[in-house]
Amino acid sequence: MITPFSYLGLLRLVLPQAIVVIAALCALSVDLMFLRMSETRLRCSVGAIISLAGCAAAIVWIFHAPQSANVLDGMLVLNHLAQRIQIALLVLTMLTILIFIGSTFTQHVSEYLALILLATVSMMFLVSTQNLLLIFLSLELLSLSLYILTAFNKRSIQSVESALKYFLFGGISAAFLLFGFSILYGWSNSTNIVSIANSIHGPSLDPLLIVAIVMTVIGLGFKVAAVPFHFWAPDVYQGAPAPSAAFIASGSKLAGFFIFYQVMVIGLAGAEGSSSWHAYASGWVPVIAIVAALSMVLGNLVAILQTSVRRLLAYSAIAHSGYMLLGILSHTNQSLHALLYYAITYALTVSGAFAVVALVEEETGGDTLSHFAGLSRRAPVPSFCMLIFLLSLAGIPPLAGFFGKFYLFSSVLTSAEGTLSLLWLVVLALAMSAVSLYYYLKVLKFIYVTDPPTEIAPMRISALRQVVLCLIALSVVLLGCAPDLLLHWL
Amino acid sequence: MNLFPSISCLTIVPLLGAIAVLALGTKSTKLARGLALAFALIALAITLTVWHRFNPASGGLQFEEVHAWIPVLGVQYHIGIDGLGLLMLLLSAIIAPMAMAASWQIQQRAPLYFSLILMLEAGLFGTFTALNFFHWFLFWELSIIPAFFLIRLWGGSQRATAATQFFLYTMVGSVTLLLAFLAIFLCTGKFDFMDLAELARNGQLLPAFTALGAWHHFTVEKISMVLCFGVFLGFAVKVPLVPFHTWLPATYAEAPTGTTMLLTGTMSKMGLYGFLRILLPIFYTQLRWLQTPLLWMAVATIVLSAYAAMAQKDLKRIFAYSSINHLGYCMLGIFSILKFTGNDPALATEKTAAMNGVFLQMFNHGLTAATLFWLVALLEKRSGGARGLNDFGGLRKVAPVFCGVMGIALFSSMGLPGLNGFVGEFLIFKGVFPLAAWPASVAVLGLLATAIFVLTILQRVFSGPLQEKWSQMSDLTLGERLALLPVITLMFVLGLCPQLVLGVINSTAMQMVQQLRF
Amino acid sequence: MRAPYRSAGTVVLGNLAMLAWTIYISFLGVTGLMLLPKDSVRTARILALLTTVAGFVVTLVGFAHQRSGELVTVTRLHWVPSLGIEFHLAADGISLTLLLLTGIVAITGILFSWNIEHRTKEFFAFYLALIGGVYGVFLSFDLLLLFFFYEIAIIPKYFLIAIWGSTRREYAAMKLALYSFVGSAMVLIGLIAAYVVAGAKTMDLVQLAQFPFPIHFQMWAFPLVFLGFGILAGLWPFHTWAPTGHVAAPTAASMLLAGVVMKLGAYGCLRVAMTLFPRGLDAWGFQMLGFGSWRDVFALLALIGIVYGAMVSLVQKDFKFVIGYSSVSHMGFVLLGLMTLQQIGLDGAVLQMFSHGIIAGLLFAVVGRMVYDRTHTRDLSQLETMHLNKTIPFAATTFVLAGMASIGMPGFSGFVAELQILIGAWRAFPLFAIFAGGGIVIGIAYTWRAMQKAFFGLSDQTTLTTPPALPAISIPERIGTIILVATSITIGLYPQLLLRIIVPALHSPLFDGLRKGSGQ
Repeated sequence: MITPFSYLGLLRLVLPQAIVVIAALCALSVDLMFLRMSETRLRCSVGAIISLAGCAAAIVWIFHAPQSANVLDGMLVLNHLAQRIQIALLVLTMLTILIFIGSTFTQHVSEYLALILLATVSMMFLVSTQNLLLIFLSLELLSLSLYILTAFNKRSIQSVESALKYFLFGGISAAFLLFGFSILYGWSNSTNIVSIANSIHGPSLDPLLIVAIVMTVIGLGFKVAAVPFHFWAPDVYQGAPAPSAAFIASGSKLAGFFIFYQVMVIGLAGAEGSSSWHAYASGWVPVIAIVAALSMVLGNLVAILQTSVRRLLAYSAIAHSGYMLLGILSHTNQSLHALLYYAITYALTVSGAFAVVALVEEETGGDTLSHFAGLSRRAPVPSFCMLIFLLSLAGIPPLAGFFGKFYLFSSVLTSAEGTLSLLWLVVLALAMSAVSLYYYLKVLKFIYVTDPPTEIAPMRISALRQVVLCLIALSVVLLGCAPDLLLHWL
Repeated sequence: MNLFPSISCLTIVPLLGAIAVLALGTKSTKLARGLALAFALIALAITLTVWHRFNPASGGLQFEEVHAWIPVLGVQYHIGIDGLGLLMLLLSAIIAPMAMAASWQIQQRAPLYFSLILMLEAGLFGTFTALNFFHWFLFWELSIIPAFFLIRLWGGSQRATAATQFFLYTMVGSVTLLLAFLAIFLCTGKFDFMDLAELARNGQLLPAFTALGAWHHFTVEKISMVLCFGVFLGFAVKVPLVPFHTWLPATYAEAPTGTTMLLTGTMSKMGLYGFLRILLPIFYTQLRWLQTPLLWMAVATIVLSAYAAMAQKDLKRIFAYSSINHLGYCMLGIFSILKFTGNDPALATEKTAAMNGVFLQMFNHGLTAATLFWLVALLEKRSGGARGLNDFGGLRKVAPVFCGVMGIALFSSMGLPGLNGFVGEFLIFKGVFPLAAWPASVAVLGLLATAIFVLTILQRVFSGPLQEKWSQMSDLTLGERLALLPVITLMFVLGLCPQLVLGVINSTAMQMVQQLRF
Repeated sequence: MRAPYRSAGTVVLGNLAMLAWTIYISFLGVTGLMLLPKDSVRTARILALLTTVAGFVVTLVGFAHQRSGELVTVTRLHWVPSLGIEFHLAADGISLTLLLLTGIVAITGILFSWNIEHRTKEFFAFYLALIGGVYGVFLSFDLLLLFFFYEIAIIPKYFLIAIWGSTRREYAAMKLALYSFVGSAMVLIGLIAAYVVAGAKTMDLVQLAQFPFPIHFQMWAFPLVFLGFGILAGLWPFHTWAPTGHVAAPTAASMLLAGVVMKLGAYGCLRVAMTLFPRGLDAWGFQMLGFGSWRDVFALLALIGIVYGAMVSLVQKDFKFVIGYSSVSHMGFVLLGLMTLQQIGLDGAVLQMFSHGIIAGLLFAVVGRMVYDRTHTRDLSQLETMHLNKTIPFAATTFVLAGMASIGMPGFSGFVAELQILIGAWRAFPLFAIFAGGGIVIGIAYTWRAMQKAFFGLSDQTTLTTPPALPAISIPERIGTIILVATSITIGLYPQLLLRIIVPALHSPLFDGLRKGSGQ
């Protein structure tokens, strides 16, 4: 057992984060010191290799020395699950970096990589804490990194505009979150979510607590882009450079959902209430149920109208947030597993999809549906990967998205102890997922069915990107066919 | 039981022939018709050996074959023949090669044509041997399809309408037949004609219909009448019985000659055979309730069709109506036998006579009518398609042999003693008079009308002044004479020595009458 | 020698273990096709043909080994142990019958698509993926696995129609995909609910079938799942995807759609909805609009499908629409047969699935491949002037045979099947049986009309300009035709061949609940 104030011990606990920070600094310094005059490709490669090595080292360390600790009143809580999520986040970061390699939108390669790594560090802290203060700090660090990552394409006015929008919304929601947290602190006299939960008594809730719940849901709902706190998402997804968008949609979403779950389920245990059909009771579950239902409906319906694939993915992301919120509101151990499975596979899939979008944008200069026309003739491998990603998002077996939905929905029903009282949410979710097939198929129609406007030569796609895409696609198929691989691992 | 399944073979041979001819392809007309004729003759040969091996003393079923088929539906492959079946087989086996001979000149898609005729023949054989509804119905339908296409593809100018009419009428009949049998199956779980007849004889059939009676509170009697009517309709259309006959004149007139021969010679017998083999044994109670209207329907068939024939100008149509008329006698005979006569042995003898007459008439009409249509076709060939009653005159002078042969056939059709047509009609009237005097008396009017139109034909076509345009008409060729010779011989032989056939059918007729329970 | 029903965790190496290869072979075929170079048209065709033949041979071997029609495990492995989900393949007489159907239709479908030149390799890859999914559904005895394969079959359908289709292909493809997906979403709700109610321990069909679900649960789960599958089976009024889909699809895809995919729906109705929730068919205990139970409701919908499909088909101008609506009508018979709950009606329904698969395949082959690919029109009034029976007599003959089979002419498979359904229906709903008989009569009429118009030119007065020379019927087409016709006649003449495995399968304990419910 590590004593709380042994700094060396503390360092052992946060060593993965430290490794990543060091990697970020290395990437920066190597680039700034030795490669100032080199061409971008080389700088990009070197920086990426350093960053990847850092992430890999962090993963190896976590595997090598699994930790279990609860330090400083929940400031740092390490357990099996948290570490596994850290690994998942690191893998997603690596994928983002791999997608980034070869991008041409910026000259400031090392800064970009460093920001990604710093965002990763903040996410790693985020998932390994149970303290409101640290949660807020990590979230802010994460958000700041993401704002900059979004604005990184300085040549694009859209990028800057979306970043500003993101920043403004983010700032306001941070204020809400802070307000909620402060009420919780004032109400329970503790920033540790476990102690907060201990001070909640009885079925009737304090009005103050309800305010806190609403504020917190607003703050975190913004993070996971749930309706009605989603306004930033379409613009950011559209305006941000593709790797940033992939990162926002994958890693930050996974971390966001995990902490959302922590705050709600652990921190507000006892204030659940109920959203069952005939047995409504006030608490955070009904709040989330409403948010989830709105997200599913709005996300899917609005996605139908989109012609930009990025915006389409944004609205689909909103819809998927709705599904994942179901995992939170059913708050059982099984539903946590289902949620994590869903979030991880979703993150994988969506980063793959953004990688394809990035490819198409580089070749054709846009991301509307017509830019995808006849892609299968020009680039069969990325097209096939895109097929897998989109179908997985739609929830078609044998892809991961299908099993994710199945597991999530069955855990939602199981949570109500055989009464099927949450069935209305599941029915809504499945109905909406049937709707979602329409717009995913619409994209696929352009890729596979529509003929390219003119006969264009096959795309030249670097082997690395193809390999990365294939790897992601393969993992999506594999996790769909053998979900136990991931379920067991978590 | 015999080891060799002759009757199954009989059905299979033409079917194989049909496939073989079809497989020849479209080009080889000569080979196709030769092959088809060969298969038809093989079938005839098999029929003759069966005839030879048939035991005329027994009225029961012979050459029976029973195999399990679809146990779920209680369907067995059950075939067999008695005297009636044998006679019908022989008739079909004779008419089929005749029809082919009459169609010898067909050039357009000949393989298909001959293949369809063979298929039709197979359907006939199957129908006349099957004793289980399932495959009986299969063959029943199998014979309609080739007939339809024969009319549709090779018929006269109105072939499309004629074919459609033919198909629709027979199809409606088939559907009611099928529905009725389905209902019977629902109640009894049986498809076998023999089993059903057995049930009917034991009086178990009527009570079985209570299963249907539960629905909408129909009485058992009503239901049985409905079912009886369904089966009746199927057969009545096929025979045909007035008023279900309207499809026939157009069809016979438009069909190519070979097909008309098969239609009138054999397919109309399928209807009669159905009456005798299926309707009578199973539904005799219900038919007995309806006997009077049925008898008058038969009379109407006889008289109206005879007068309709008189009014026609087209030879083919005349013979078409005359066909209806002749089959009307059979119907009259059958319906008169229905009469409940108690244990009177004398009347039972009359019934047997009428039954024998019906059988004979079926055979003879088949033979004669087919020959007549054939002769019309020969005439048409020479006249370039003209076949009106008033188109000709004095043909006797240019084509004496043709006129002689046609005269014989016409007299046979009229029922002149010494020719085959006489014996059957005589026996029918002999039997019917004591059983149903009034209808029989009225039906005699039909005989009169027949005589009138036969003589009119003789007069208008063969006698009188020879028209100029026919002066170059050729007489029958040697080949045609040879082809017609066996048929004409048969007419005389049967007319002079009906015992040849009667010997085979008498025991069957007696047994059938007995099974009607007086 | 039968491999008995095994518990999870064992791989059965019995006689039927090879049946699982039908699935593997198909997906191997997909992989093989994807790896082919881009322009290898011939190789793609041959590879696809070999794959389907191999699948069919495997099925035949299984068929030869399977004597009793009882349920035999093929493969049973743990798949997601934490959720109690297994990779469980098994086969009984019903599955085997439909596997045979799939094999036959798959082979002939490829023969009839021999002329596909546009993106050949992809075509056959999607085709085989669909086939693999279908095999999977028919073999799965774990509900999640079944659903898994069921959905796999949806997507290839979309692409087959959208890429290689004709009239309004993209609309039709999307409609079909969405209908299927809505249906499968309904099924999924029912399955998840059943899984949860039964304690979330297993998705095994046999075990769940024995679980006594509460009646009120079955009362809503049954219609939900039945409807979900029924959509794919063309249940009226959710059939509208079928005609448009059939019409737009390329020949092979229409053959598969009508021949096999619609059977997926019907199979699901029987295998899942009726097996899991037999009490859902019980009387409600009250009457509403004259209906006393879901059974009445669905029987009526099936009946409307029969009659409506036939009547609509009677007035179509497009040749393929005639066949498309006729499929709806014939599938109505399957569903009506299921709703009779009579042994004989169920036998008939399963046999009708087989029979209609073969016959519809044949009809679509004639219309799509033989006629449309040659004349480039399906408008009956245009075809009427072409006198096709003179230019392509083979097509005319085939259509006549197929039409006869379709109207239930004795001697073809349709007759025995519809006969049994009618008998069953007569016992269960006499009035419906009469109307269904009327549907058959209308069936005769529309088949007749289509045949007359398309091949024989309705009026003889139509001036016959010299018929345009059309390409001769190719050898693959002939082989395909012969296979399908021969199958239909074989089953028509000797239905016992299939009934001997179907009947015991329907007698198995799996359907105990159904029998108890129907009071048999």
